[in-house]
Amino acid sequence: MTRLMLVLSVLVLAGCASVQPWEKGNLARPEMTFDGDPLQSRYEQHIYFSKENASGGYGVGGGGCGCN
Amino acid sequence: MHRRSTIKHALAAFLLTAVVALPAMAQPSSGAAPAFDLPGTGKSVKLADLHGKLVYLDFWASWCAPCKTSFPWMNEMQAKYGPQGLQIVAINVDAKRADAEQFLAATPYQFTVAFDVKGETPKTYAIKGMPSSFLIGPDGRILVAHTGFRDSDRAELEAKIKQALAAR
Repeated sequence: MTRLMLVLSVLVLAGCASVQPWEKGNLARPEMTFDGDPLQSRYEQHIYFSKENASGGYGVGGGGCGCN
Repeated sequence: MHRRSTIKHALAAFLLTAVVALPAMAQPSSGAAPAFDLPGTGKSVKLADLHGKLVYLDFWASWCAPCKTSFPWMNEMQAKYGPQGLQIVAINVDAKRADAEQFLAATPYQFTVAFDVKGETPKTYAIKGMPSSFLIGPDGRILVAHTGFRDSDRAELEAKIKQALAAR
């Protein structure tokens, strides 16, 4: 039984379709970001950078769509 | 239990399925540029009609922020090198044409724009990111494939255009 589930799950994973670069329009919408206010989040990122020397890890570049 | 053979079976199943997907992964960075026939702002835009010109093919979308900055640059390129045989064709990949029209109303353009609502052309060109641009020679072969548009790309792309025009 577990053997069957393992083989099936690997097959399903291999069939995963990824979102193509030109289909990422919805991701660029402001509603799709976690932050409420872009200025506020930039300010927070600046604080992280200046106090902890930590940058990045907060989202996808290029305006949310992964552009550039 | 027969654990080793389970893993072998799973791996074999995965590889078999993955191999089927392989042909879709190649990006044509050289070779013949895939043909297209798309509606434009006026008449339809066909790659075959542009044979003999150096074509700068750009894939853009209304939601792509770098595309907005690339439009003035493309206007400049078209004005500067158009007389020498450059033709910029910007293919829009918005799912809704209205979004593209809204973008175009706000952003002036002096080059050819085509609309690919179904997203077939970006698939045949296997673009890796947005925006993507290709330089297609007068013989219809892809000379340059480029992804993204940053400030540092402007000079580089202009140099490639100049080089391709000189080599005609």
